[in-house]
Amino acid sequence: MLKEKKSSPRFNMTNKKNTSKEDNGIKITVTDFNFYYDTVHALKNINLQIRKNKVVGIIGPSGCGKSTFLRCFNRMNDTIAGIRYEGQIAIDDKNIFDKNLDVVDLRRDVGMVFQKSNPFPKSIFENVAYGLKINGIKDKAFIIERVEQSLKNAALWTEVKDRLHKSAFALSGGQQQRLCIARALAVEPEVLLLDEPASALDPIATAKVEELIFQLKQKYTIIIVTHNMQQAARVSEYTAFFMLGELIEYDITNKMFTNPAKKITEEYITGRFG
Amino acid sequence: MQSLVLPKRKSSWISNSLKEKLIHGFFFLNGILSVLVLLGIFALLLLTAIPAFREVNIFSFLFGLDWNPTSYVKEVYGIVPMLVSTFMVTLGALVIAVPIGIGTAAYLSDVANPRVREIVKPVVEILAGIPSVVIGFLGIVLLGPIIAKVFNIHNGLNALNGSILLAVMALPTIISITEDALKNVPVSYESASLALGATKWQTVIKVKIPAALSGIIAATMLGMGRAIGETMTVLMATGCAPAMPESFLGPVRTLTSSIAIELGEVAYNTTHYYALFALGLVLFILTFIINLISDIYLHKFEKVNR
Repeated sequence: MLKEKKSSPRFNMTNKKNTSKEDNGIKITVTDFNFYYDTVHALKNINLQIRKNKVVGIIGPSGCGKSTFLRCFNRMNDTIAGIRYEGQIAIDDKNIFDKNLDVVDLRRDVGMVFQKSNPFPKSIFENVAYGLKINGIKDKAFIIERVEQSLKNAALWTEVKDRLHKSAFALSGGQQQRLCIARALAVEPEVLLLDEPASALDPIATAKVEELIFQLKQKYTIIIVTHNMQQAARVSEYTAFFMLGELIEYDITNKMFTNPAKKITEEYITGRFG
Repeated sequence: MQSLVLPKRKSSWISNSLKEKLIHGFFFLNGILSVLVLLGIFALLLLTAIPAFREVNIFSFLFGLDWNPTSYVKEVYGIVPMLVSTFMVTLGALVIAVPIGIGTAAYLSDVANPRVREIVKPVVEILAGIPSVVIGFLGIVLLGPIIAKVFNIHNGLNALNGSILLAVMALPTIISITEDALKNVPVSYESASLALGATKWQTVIKVKIPAALSGIIAATMLGMGRAIGETMTVLMATGCAPAMPESFLGPVRTLTSSIAIELGEVAYNTTHYYALFALGLVLFILTFIINLISDIYLHKFEKVNR
């Protein structure tokens, strides 16, 4: 299996991903999606579409299911016992819950950055190279080049280029989080999931991460869960508002924040609850 | 509601504060008892071993290649053959036990479903409780003949036999501490690895085992301590020829079995008698160092994961 991956075009630098021809701009389609933890109905009948190269912010009060929803796109919820799905999520018109689909392949196409930065207890270089190595890439020159590029894309290169082989734990919190972004970028995903990526960071580090997100959307479709209304307003072009497992409203961010269609959305955004 | 009336305490022959002090003293004694015992053992070994060096040069003791305390010509006390035997048997045991132990631990912590784990874990722990004489017995009647047949030699009581048996005895320690170490690796490492498209096994091998390494080293050292100190099994299974070992298929005699064999027959307060205590001292220092190293790694491991 690994051998096949080695020769796959995704790691051939000259060969860009072939996108579908009659591109209507839709990257992800969620249809009648329901999610259960045992008997708890965590997500109720979700329908939405996400356009390519856009940033979608997911907001909502704690426990509304926004993180659960995010973790559906790369099936990270699979590691939890007793979960169940209904309906479908299609990325590029392929249902990610298809029995024939290998979840390992899915996770390579859909990268994820977690709430708390979680670098491996390895060097900075090894952290970024990890995704390449587990995919069977042995070409050293290629790995070095890709690590550098990923760190540059994550706006971290200038800060770490002189200490690539030092422990990742020596970095600051914000740097660690950008390292985790670089690590996710190294395998060239198409979709990037960010689970409150700046919630543990100070304002300056947050600003850096937000700026980064802004640049990354040129290449990636990004879904970001956030607790912070201003952050959602700043970085996302579309916003989805969740409450109690339901998708209350989904619209262009500007419109949602200036003229929401539903009263409850307005109440949440203006901070009357949540 | 009726109020509760506490019965008056009986006045006793001893005052309460004195009682408290006595109880405190009792638990304090219990607490330092093991320290006292350790110091006592060390002192006894040291004091009884020192007279040996009045007649035996300490260098010829530590580096001598012959151990023959009952020779009619010249008594020689060189411990190198026994040291080599001990290390051979111990390292052989680790070579066998460490990979199997890590594999079992990884299986238990990451792969086995809860039902399987509930059966396998207690079985592994029971393995630790089998008396060493029983394992030695199996070495003589079961493993010995098998080794003799496989390698086509006369006698299957040799270093290899001892290594395999000691591996079996060290396994429970290695498995249970390694499993704890793997269990304590933060879940976030695992999530990060899986989210990058790693398979479960890649995650275990490339992230979890390296992250748990200090715990695994501690487990190995503890297993090693157990193997070095083990007496009955190696006494029964290794053939016990007091000569320089030639190969894993030849008979060996470890420090422990030498003491066990000779101490029963030695004349009291002779050089030979003292020399056996010196052997004990060497063994004590070896196991002490090994336990110390494993302790250091265990603490390092606990610190990392806090």
